[in-house]
Amino acid sequence: MATVIVVTSGKGGVGKTTTSASFATGLAQRGYRTVVIDFDVGLRNLDLIMGCERRVVYDFVNIINGEANLNQALIRDKRVENLHILPASQTRDKEALTREGVERVLNELRQNFEYIVCDSPAGIERGALMALYFADEALVVTNPEVSSVRDSDRILGILASRSRRAEQGELPVKEHLVLARYAPERADRGDMLSVEDVLEILGIPLLGVIPESPTVLQSSNAGVPVILEDGSDAGAAYGDLVDRFLGKNLPHRFITTQKKGFLKRLFGGG
Amino acid sequence: MGLFESFFRASPNKSAVLAKERLQIIVAHERGSRRGSPDYLPALKKELLEVVRKYVPVDQSQIKVHLDREAGYEILELNITLPDEEPRSRRGSENLPGPGQV
Repeated sequence: MATVIVVTSGKGGVGKTTTSASFATGLAQRGYRTVVIDFDVGLRNLDLIMGCERRVVYDFVNIINGEANLNQALIRDKRVENLHILPASQTRDKEALTREGVERVLNELRQNFEYIVCDSPAGIERGALMALYFADEALVVTNPEVSSVRDSDRILGILASRSRRAEQGELPVKEHLVLARYAPERADRGDMLSVEDVLEILGIPLLGVIPESPTVLQSSNAGVPVILEDGSDAGAAYGDLVDRFLGKNLPHRFITTQKKGFLKRLFGGG
Repeated sequence: MGLFESFFRASPNKSAVLAKERLQIIVAHERGSRRGSPDYLPALKKELLEVVRKYVPVDQSQIKVHLDREAGYEILELNITLPDEEPRSRRGSENLPGPGQV
């Protein structure tokens, strides 16, 4: 039985695609047959973050329209076994994603995959609604910043009212908070909402805290999901997040200030 | 550096505190309007006011309709403040019920 997970946020630029790429890669690394779908029709980017932009031939909308079959459109990841990517279409037709079409593709994917990760576009328009409609679980990506937290709350409201599970009166979509771009030293100083602050406002369980890290940009430059970067704190945080999602009970790292100061770490050795 | 640090630490106006307070207020408000207020509420309020006005002159601001949701049940609270003097002086001869609260 496949599980459909939407990675959503409301606000743009908070780390949905970064999270989708690393989350799907992490699931596949741990042996689960995983597919990650880009729902951002017209603004395809997951392919770039995953480093497979030059291998895109057919896309999500081609399959919905019957112009290609799934095997033609799915891109097999070259680094990690069990991982496939379904790119978004670059069409400007906003009506391209139909509910019936999305459902048909998801049902076909369910036959071959254990996890289906849906990378939602920003906003609360059609693409975002389609990405979350069929979800069983949701990773709500939030930055410790007022507009992101507010938008996340709005998305939680939409998950609770406009998902298929909500409409059909089934068990609600299981929600997980992913707090990204967190800077513990700024939270300590009182300049940034703390993990506890965000948890108190949103009231959903915390799946992972991803520290603000230069390796996120570096790995996106290279087209490598940050979870594959050895020695990256953000990558390690995504690794923990995936393990937690799969049921491991791990303490949260990277949420307290490092004992050593930055200069000491730089020059102090050890 | 030490001075700088103590300056920031001592600062009573931590911006994160402000952020949290503002968020708590706006999020509570938006959750309220999202879950608490069904579409029919304004129309219900208008019609109720019209009915009451047939008998007693009341002002729009004197009627309050409030819907509360708690686990498992909903409470529709209706509060109309009737004017004290007017009905009696105008319709004193008729035996109408006195003013009060509904």
